[in-house]
Amino acid sequence: MQQSASEASPNDHMRDGKLVTADGRPLKASLKTAERRRKIIAFAFVSPLLLFLIVSFIVPIGQMMWRSVDNPTIINTLPRTLEAMQDWDGQDVPDEPVFAALREDLAIAQENRRVGPLAVRLNYEISAARGAFTRTARTVADMEPPYKEQFLDAHRLWGNPDIYQIIKREGRPLTASYYVAATDRRYAADGSIEMRAEHQRIYMNLFGRTFAMSAVILVLTMLLGFPIAFWMAHLPMRYANLLMIMVLLPFWTSLLVRTTSWIVLLQQQGVINSSLVNLGIIDTGNRLSLMYNMTGTIIAMTHILLPFMVLPLYSVMKTIPPSYLRAARSLGANNWTAFWRVYVPQTLPGIGAGGVLVFIISIGYYITPALVGGQSGRMISNMIAYHMQTSLNWGLAAALGSMLLISVLILYWAYNKLVGADIKLG
Amino acid sequence: MRNPKYKIMGVTAAVAMATGAYVVAQTPVSLTIVSWGGAYTESQVRAYHNPWMEENPHVSISNDDGSANALAGLRAQSQAGNISWDLVDMLPSDAQLACDEGIIMPIDHDEMLASAPDGTPASEDFLPGSLGECFIPQIVYSTVVAYNTEMFPEDNQPNSIDDFFNVEDFPGRRALQDRPGVNLEWALYADGVHPDDIYDVLETPEGQDRAFAKLDTIKDHLIFWTEGAQSPQLLADQEVAFSTGYNGRIFDASEVEGQPFEIIWDGQVVEWDGWVVPYGPNIDAVMDYLYWATDTQRLADQAKYISYGPARASSAPLVGDHADLGIDMNEHMPTNPDNYFSPILLDNDFWTDYGDELRERFANWMLQ
Amino acid sequence: MALPTYAGPLERFWYYAFRFICCLIFFFLIAPIIIMVPLSFNAQPYFTFTTEMLTLNPEGFSLRWYEQLFSSSQWMRSIRNSLFIGVFSTIIATTLGTLAALGLSRSEMPYKGLIMGLLISPMIVPLIISAAGMFFFYSSVNLAGTFPGVILAHAVLGTPFVVITVTATLVGFDNSLTKASASLGADPITTFRKVQMPLILPGVVSGALFAFITSFDEIVIVLFLASVEQRTIPREMWSGIREQISPTILAVASLLVLISIMLLTTLELLRRRSERLRGLSPG
Repeated sequence: MQQSASEASPNDHMRDGKLVTADGRPLKASLKTAERRRKIIAFAFVSPLLLFLIVSFIVPIGQMMWRSVDNPTIINTLPRTLEAMQDWDGQDVPDEPVFAALREDLAIAQENRRVGPLAVRLNYEISAARGAFTRTARTVADMEPPYKEQFLDAHRLWGNPDIYQIIKREGRPLTASYYVAATDRRYAADGSIEMRAEHQRIYMNLFGRTFAMSAVILVLTMLLGFPIAFWMAHLPMRYANLLMIMVLLPFWTSLLVRTTSWIVLLQQQGVINSSLVNLGIIDTGNRLSLMYNMTGTIIAMTHILLPFMVLPLYSVMKTIPPSYLRAARSLGANNWTAFWRVYVPQTLPGIGAGGVLVFIISIGYYITPALVGGQSGRMISNMIAYHMQTSLNWGLAAALGSMLLISVLILYWAYNKLVGADIKLG
Repeated sequence: MRNPKYKIMGVTAAVAMATGAYVVAQTPVSLTIVSWGGAYTESQVRAYHNPWMEENPHVSISNDDGSANALAGLRAQSQAGNISWDLVDMLPSDAQLACDEGIIMPIDHDEMLASAPDGTPASEDFLPGSLGECFIPQIVYSTVVAYNTEMFPEDNQPNSIDDFFNVEDFPGRRALQDRPGVNLEWALYADGVHPDDIYDVLETPEGQDRAFAKLDTIKDHLIFWTEGAQSPQLLADQEVAFSTGYNGRIFDASEVEGQPFEIIWDGQVVEWDGWVVPYGPNIDAVMDYLYWATDTQRLADQAKYISYGPARASSAPLVGDHADLGIDMNEHMPTNPDNYFSPILLDNDFWTDYGDELRERFANWMLQ
Repeated sequence: MALPTYAGPLERFWYYAFRFICCLIFFFLIAPIIIMVPLSFNAQPYFTFTTEMLTLNPEGFSLRWYEQLFSSSQWMRSIRNSLFIGVFSTIIATTLGTLAALGLSRSEMPYKGLIMGLLISPMIVPLIISAAGMFFFYSSVNLAGTFPGVILAHAVLGTPFVVITVTATLVGFDNSLTKASASLGADPITTFRKVQMPLILPGVVSGALFAFITSFDEIVIVLFLASVEQRTIPREMWSGIREQISPTILAVASLLVLISIMLLTTLELLRRRSERLRGLSPG
């Protein structure tokens, strides 16, 4: 259509002072249609992948984030109790009607085998809830009214007003309690949110440590990456390519392989310790603890992430004309000043790109800390995996995961601001 | 009364065994059995799976060592309505949870399991307190402290939980499992609490503080393991001098692989482990297998390959020598009186109630 | 960066010190990867060089770990699985990714930034989060613990690489070429085949290689999503490391290093070809 418009001579195609195409439509509209058609074609190319990613990636992550606030268990399992609790004063153990409703809810739940999930859910909020609910639920079928006394006898938790406050507070379709827990806070008796006791604070410390370790790794990759990128950028192409292969080989080698090799090197009976012992530098009783701690994680991750720093640095340094340094020097700057004041500032985009990349990757790292990190070398991802697979507190895992995801997205946004959306590979 | 179906099954098996002929050709069944991996799965393969597959050529069994995350797996599978596991080896506390959630089958032990050879029904033959609503006990295992004998001079070898907590006289790193269960019990035991009173003390906030304070005294010497197979590995690599671990794994490493490990039976923490049945597609084949694999002789057979005690009283006299080494397995059983002098019985009810809170506190303690 | 002849002793010192430091860093990069290769021939089940090995005594070396590897049905299954999952996820990722890149590089593509951001998000989102999300979702649609599930998940992770590499080859692409081809009477398919395809081919192939290695190397998703039937090489290594590091793992690792060297060479050749075709480099 565009072609037909351009081939047309103006004389044949003027109507009411407007350009028209051969078939008589106004040119502007026609161009617009053509433009829209091309947009649709372009979009048609992208849409299969877009659809695929939305269905199998974006939606799953959205669903996972939804779990961090989703709270259907209590409201679905204890509807009568919640109804009966509307008149409760919120202070003392409630009266008979609440227990009658609770008994009925539990009897139905026991029938449908819904007590387990309910007990698990409430145990996140208060210790001993799991035992109180599962054990009491097994006896409710035999209870006769009045119920209150029998509940109080069945488990000591029923005498504690906290459990009723929790049921009332969490008896809603959405909850904030996973985020409260994920930020090391808790609900106080009056319903306000306060920090937990010092010895119960885990997650913020762990976030802090994850960021701190990532920062250390970032600095180390910079210190190690800068000299070799500089060297490569100033060598003749032939040698630089050879060295580049040495950077790319680790990059292309399986993560598990690299982690294995660090275990082989770092363990107490490993290559480094044995060499030191054989060389007489340390004696065999004082082998260094290089693994199952933070040292191990940092060493291995620095090695694994170093190429991510070197590659962008190198590509930036390649573009800096060597004449700048010479010019600075000929103008009287000494070597150091020339380097520090003229050269380094020009490499900042590379440092920024590599730095954000290394940082983003390392705060989400899971495998290497899990294998060589021991306890002190673990990161927030390991805690998410723990709640996913071992403690099975999926709501908390989702809350921690959402917090991690948002941190990463903010960093990525900053990365985009710094270097534009161009991610280069190799 | 036993289900006639299982009786017939038993007879058929007996006939098949006697004649060495397979009466009916059956449609092939493939069972996925989930267990703990390593030496433990190996013992089940040799005592149960292989003989069963030999007798029933239509059955093939594949092993999945997913027991450490079994509850998560069961939940996910039942949520999806796609159960790929046929039989799962798990701990009684997790089994009770799964049972309360209705994702595994309730078990009528007398109906579904074999009686003892003398006719004692299953519910009485299994050791007292071991049966669960959905749980079929298989073994008694214990968590113990073990050490590498090469890491200590010959005249100064440790032999008690006190020694484990004594870093002055017994230097070296120690490995604990990365969860509070068992560790807090030992901390109190080493702090002078009698095994029978441990859970009463641990129920109180002061008792919990006391346990953590005791652990603090060795904190700088600790590293942590997650999966059962790691503890013998850490000891073998001399990453640690002491490690807590499952007695069967330590046995396997020391007796079968010849590692210089010694078990400290003082304060061993005793627990059950056993089978649960998810609502999978092959329930009939699984029940046939279970009826046979949990009978008196089979449970005793497992002890030929790993040093865990059979969960049936009637199996105990049948425990003999190790299949490959020929050593008498009785002296390696946790329940042998020589070893069973100061046991701590793991209280699952306690851990059901306080587990979440203490796990959090322990996780935090480890990080600090 | 040759040393000028007029350099003073201090400069001379810095020049050599700098090179020495660089060599140390390269050693740090390469040594851990190379060291496994000789160790995998250790006749003893240790992770250190035995005296026999250091004195090059042939008795210190053996192929036993390789024999063990190739006779283990578990390892063989994991190799088959890795290849199977890798190939199919690569096919999906490459097809969808190439199409999308062709669309994205058209100047009239609407919301380009936003869509590009979405398409490369699997690369940015931490794997543990992707794995957790996929675990819930794939479980709910019966795909957890199945080959299609793992293949789809790996295809998701591979697509950003294809999109990026193919888009990169299209950056310098002169659109007038397609127009010329069209105006000369070629239909769009012929145009694509004869004009665009040869130019983007290196990008497609290197994107496919990236997608393949991503799947081949991936472990977190497999940990969450795969059952024992779908265990891949990294998953088998994970079990091996957590349970018992037998030198069999070193044999596997050495073979993987070999594979990555081969991949790297292929990529390098492709890159040169691409640059030559686009006239960006003279050789």
